[in-house]
Amino acid sequence: MHFKTLTELKLALQKKEISSHELVSHYLKRIERFNPQLNTFITVTGESALQEAQKADALRASTSENLPPLLGLPIAHKDLFCTDGVKTSCGSKMLDNFIAPYDATVVRKCRDAGLISLGKTNMDEFAMGSSNENSFYGPVANPWNTAYVPGGSSGGSAAAVAAGLVPVSTGTDTGGSIRQPAALCGITGLKPTYGRVSRYGMTAFASSLDQGGPFAKSAEDVALLLNAMAGFDEHDSTSLNVPVEDYTQPLNRSIEGLKIGLPKEYFSHLNAPMQKTLDEALKVLEKLGATLVEISLPHAELSIPTYYVLAPAECSSNLSRYDGVRFGYRCENPQDLNDLYLRSRGEGFGTEVKRRILIGTYVLSAGYYEAYYLQAQKTRQLIKQDFDEAFKKVDAIAAPTTPTPAFKIGEKVSDPVTMYQCDIYTLALNLAGLPGLSMPAGFIDGLPVGLQLMGHYMQESKLLNIAHQYQCHSDWHLQHPTARE
Amino acid sequence: MTLSIKKVQETAYLARIAMSEEELNRCHHEIEQIFTLIDQLQAVDTQGIPPLAHPQASQQRTVPDEVTESDQHEKFQALAPAKQLDYYLVPQVIE
Repeated sequence: MHFKTLTELKLALQKKEISSHELVSHYLKRIERFNPQLNTFITVTGESALQEAQKADALRASTSENLPPLLGLPIAHKDLFCTDGVKTSCGSKMLDNFIAPYDATVVRKCRDAGLISLGKTNMDEFAMGSSNENSFYGPVANPWNTAYVPGGSSGGSAAAVAAGLVPVSTGTDTGGSIRQPAALCGITGLKPTYGRVSRYGMTAFASSLDQGGPFAKSAEDVALLLNAMAGFDEHDSTSLNVPVEDYTQPLNRSIEGLKIGLPKEYFSHLNAPMQKTLDEALKVLEKLGATLVEISLPHAELSIPTYYVLAPAECSSNLSRYDGVRFGYRCENPQDLNDLYLRSRGEGFGTEVKRRILIGTYVLSAGYYEAYYLQAQKTRQLIKQDFDEAFKKVDAIAAPTTPTPAFKIGEKVSDPVTMYQCDIYTLALNLAGLPGLSMPAGFIDGLPVGLQLMGHYMQESKLLNIAHQYQCHSDWHLQHPTARE
Repeated sequence: MTLSIKKVQETAYLARIAMSEEELNRCHHEIEQIFTLIDQLQAVDTQGIPPLAHPQASQQRTVPDEVTESDQHEKFQALAPAKQLDYYLVPQVIE
């Protein structure tokens, strides 16, 4: 049951083959059994989940009309979405004692759609990382091989779905934090267009780049969850006031005649096994009638330096709110106000977060602003213009999600530059604000490989259509780690 | 670019982050490496390219200047590390 898709579970609930209470109990037992090895959850809200499941069952028993679309189905939220009355730690010592006083819009919308939260998932501290090794609560293990990382920063959310501890989850993607862990864990994850999903109550890292999105086993499930998550929110000033389409509707359209661009810059440095795996996946798309066209994104190589100026700059500003005064960690016996600030932040933040705050503070400081911050905003424009040009020629772009499958825990943690290079294929999309998806496309030495699909603004349904058609003609997304039976 | 350890120390103070000497040394080394990566940007000709601050080029919407939030200070202040009455407590600032 635990490796069934959300779509299958939804049908089983509708047919009353299973109750929501049975479903939630089953997943909670799996969390209890596997979480000690995988460390995917920071907080499990078992009691409230079972109560909500009982209510869902009672509602379904009382009527069959106008039921919430995902009534009684389980979900888990990345631990940076605020959940009223439930710890929201952001994977940080700074917020280890923080009980959120309100719900994020995403959390509220998921609840309104009938979903039941099983808890909050582990993540890199304040979403800064590509391996989930930067969490105050320890690293998450990849369910396919526990010696390997699950990717980051939404590593707990991705690993929990891959291990069958929950059918779907939420994540956030600032530079690849949904797509990269989806690829490394062998599941499907979507980063929507910037502004499609509300950021209200989603703890800020880099506000012009952050975007929430769904993780699931299949594109069809991602579409179901995106239906629940997307939409205008007056509480988020950057929320797009554009009606939400039903993302499940276009899934079955033929992709015959679609032009899919392959950026030569994204394929030129791949190793042979990655190239071979992705070539096989692209052949399936070609067989389905899509035309593959070589394109160029000439400024692609600038995405890493551009991102690592802009994201730290925004983070240094956003994280100035953690001051040890109003909420969060406060140091012991501060001598004066300055000492309170210095030590609360010095003791409350982890290494990677401090490093990024320092870089951000530096590039925004007098004398360096123009050389770094302003220059990076200009190269961001060049990166965006590349995509504008590309989408005049093609309907979507296909590319690797990551340069390699998952790497070993501890392998890159002491070398930030090497770690940053893991994001080489995902960063540009955030800089441009475009939607992107990663879907399972094969395995190398028992570890999953992801194929990334990128679309023009608000073209999520096109990406989901391509991914669903691919998944109707492949079975990589149906594989699951046998050790988690 | 060469970044002195003194500059990193000054930046840490500007960001109000206390760091031990060992932490500062490690951070200095890593930040220098990261700036080797970032410095690639300096070679790019961006003359005439308008900066892009945000993926949405459109103007942000405005809202009427009205109070819409209810008073929830008790709920929010319940999270404070130290408080007295309706105030946040910090070490004494003015003698």
